[in-house]
Amino acid sequence: MTESLIEIRDMTKVYGEDEGAVYALAGVDAEVKHGEFVAIMGPSGSGKSTLMNILGCLDRPSSGAYVLDGRDVSQLTKNELAEVRNQKLGFIFQSFNLLPRLSALTNVMMPMLYNPLEDIGDEEAEARAIAALESVGLGSRLHHHPNQLSGGQQQRVAIARALVNHPPLILADEPTGNLDSKSSVEIMGILHQLHHQGVTIVMVTHEHDIAAHAQRTICVRDGKIVNDGHCADSRQ
Amino acid sequence: MKPQKILRSAWEGLMLNKIRSFLTTLGVIIGVASVIVMLAVSAGTEAAIAEQINALGANLIIVSPARGIPGASRTLLMDDATFIGEQLVGITGFSAEQAPAAQTVKANGLTLDSIAAIGVTSDFPSVRDYAVESGRFFTIDEDERKAKVVVLGAGIATDLFGADDPKGQTVTVGTTKLTVIGVMETKGMVADVDYDGRVYLPINLVFQKYMTTMTIGGDRVRTIYVKAESPEKIDSIINQITVLLAERHDVEASKPDFTVQTQSDIIATQEATTAAFRDLLAWVAGVSLLVGGIGIMNIMLVSVTERTREIGLRQALGARPSDVLLQFLFEAIILSLVGGVVGVALGVGGSYMFGALGSMQTAIVPESIPLAFGAAAIIGIFFGYYPATQAAKLDPIVALRHE
Ligand SMILES: Nc1ncnc2c1ncn2[C@@H]1O[C@H](COP(=O)(O)OP(=O)(O)O)[C@@H](O)[C@H]1O
Ligand SMILES: [Mg+2]
Repeated sequence: MTESLIEIRDMTKVYGEDEGAVYALAGVDAEVKHGEFVAIMGPSGSGKSTLMNILGCLDRPSSGAYVLDGRDVSQLTKNELAEVRNQKLGFIFQSFNLLPRLSALTNVMMPMLYNPLEDIGDEEAEARAIAALESVGLGSRLHHHPNQLSGGQQQRVAIARALVNHPPLILADEPTGNLDSKSSVEIMGILHQLHHQGVTIVMVTHEHDIAAHAQRTICVRDGKIVNDGHCADSRQ
Repeated sequence: MKPQKILRSAWEGLMLNKIRSFLTTLGVIIGVASVIVMLAVSAGTEAAIAEQINALGANLIIVSPARGIPGASRTLLMDDATFIGEQLVGITGFSAEQAPAAQTVKANGLTLDSIAAIGVTSDFPSVRDYAVESGRFFTIDEDERKAKVVVLGAGIATDLFGADDPKGQTVTVGTTKLTVIGVMETKGMVADVDYDGRVYLPINLVFQKYMTTMTIGGDRVRTIYVKAESPEKIDSIINQITVLLAERHDVEASKPDFTVQTQSDIIATQEATTAAFRDLLAWVAGVSLLVGGIGIMNIMLVSVTERTREIGLRQALGARPSDVLLQFLFEAIILSLVGGVVGVALGVGGSYMFGALGSMQTAIVPESIPLAFGAAAIIGIFFGYYPATQAAKLDPIVALRHE
């Protein structure tokens, strides 16, 4: 596949007005091809999360174009954005964002609840969620609640949830930020495996050894991409 | 997303916090239960009133001495009764009544204390729609010549003679020996009077034998019952009586020393008590439903705030604003409907209990059940809508960042 999965042109995101205006993104151009594994690095406050939120269709840019999988998503309605998030994207958050009241299985089933294209029956949804949990090595923890799981296990549940609708793009904002190094290695192993299966991954991190797992590193500073290719020293 | 999936998700959400969910519905429960009890009480009262109207005697006009006027209790005489009985147009009969102090009744070796011995005229059975079961009632002639006869209430007959026919037996009422000529049919309690526990004597015999010990003897009567030919004649008869008696007593018709009432007047007092209770319940129901609705709204608003992150997450996973709206709206509706179910059960149970324990008659109105459910559902929608829109309006990124 030669076409880009992500293409952003001259994107800005401004918070506030006039003198108080903060350019969280100050004109960003970037491209991610199908199947790529990209890391985004940069100091704190440089605009990484802002960029990820826009890539994740959770937020809209102030200006600029965003073409995701061949479709301009910068002008979509709320319902269309919800559909894009459900079908095209899987999120992995630093803080896992599992619902504490629900079991691992029910957490993973949630994206199927909101699938607008396909009415997935109960048994089918459960089977798919079990398969997703098994693929991250949690086949024996289906009915555990988040508080009964370690941080690394919780993040694996979150990955299973991100995968369950088979989106082409996984967005991970500091996925290992809350984990010890052993769990981090496990999580990176899973992301590697996904990459090999052809899933496109965009991951924010400020750790070089984590970024080293990616094929390419985009370096962000003051809302701009300063070096697309490698990030010599972006330690915050 | 299919609404039934959202519905289930809403249900599961509520089940995770059962106690809070239950407490939230308490107002609705009380409101719905009150609606059902209220309607059951008012239906029961109506039935009881209809029953009493028939039991007192249909198309009845009741004339009695005015209360609260000094000397008025002396004013109504047997002659008044005979006079209006002759003069009135549109009546089928009249019956005067007088009751001396309660008497001791002896017969068959048995003694009954404190029995009401009622002096009546010969038209009593037809005027009061109260038939003789066995034997006969006394005639106008027997009344006029003060014949020593008595007709027993059904309960007295059983108490004294069991299953035997009392006809021809001698019964001593007070100190006078009387011959039983008949037994009345069973009538039971009407307006707090036990008709079966009384004995009925010719009124002229009562004047002679039982009223003499009182300071003013003579032929005073307690009540004159007049039976109209039809309900339409009642108003005219009331006017005739008022004019006739006022003239006879030489008083102004606007300030009579007697009162003329119909059954509805008498029952109105009783009805007023029940109506007061019913109004109270209507208020309780209304206020509870309102408070219940506000309670649901309050808890839903708290819930939206508490679950802001959850809402953001659901949005990130593909929930549309309408999905979020429905989820919270369904939660509110489920809360109020569950409140409705419990309230209906409580209301039906409560209605039976009121009927069984209290003096009030209750009849559950079948329509009140869907009505109560409808009210509960409307409350859920009305008070759940605002919190649900607040949830649906949330910006995904703001919601996800919420602490
Ligand atoms: N909601 C917001 N309102 C105002 N300023 C914001 C908001 N979100 C982010 N910013 C600002 O935008 C800049 C980029 O933030 P962010 O993308 O979170 O950085 P990073 O994730 O790289 O640490 C920062 O200066 C931050 O203060
Ligand atoms: Mg960040």
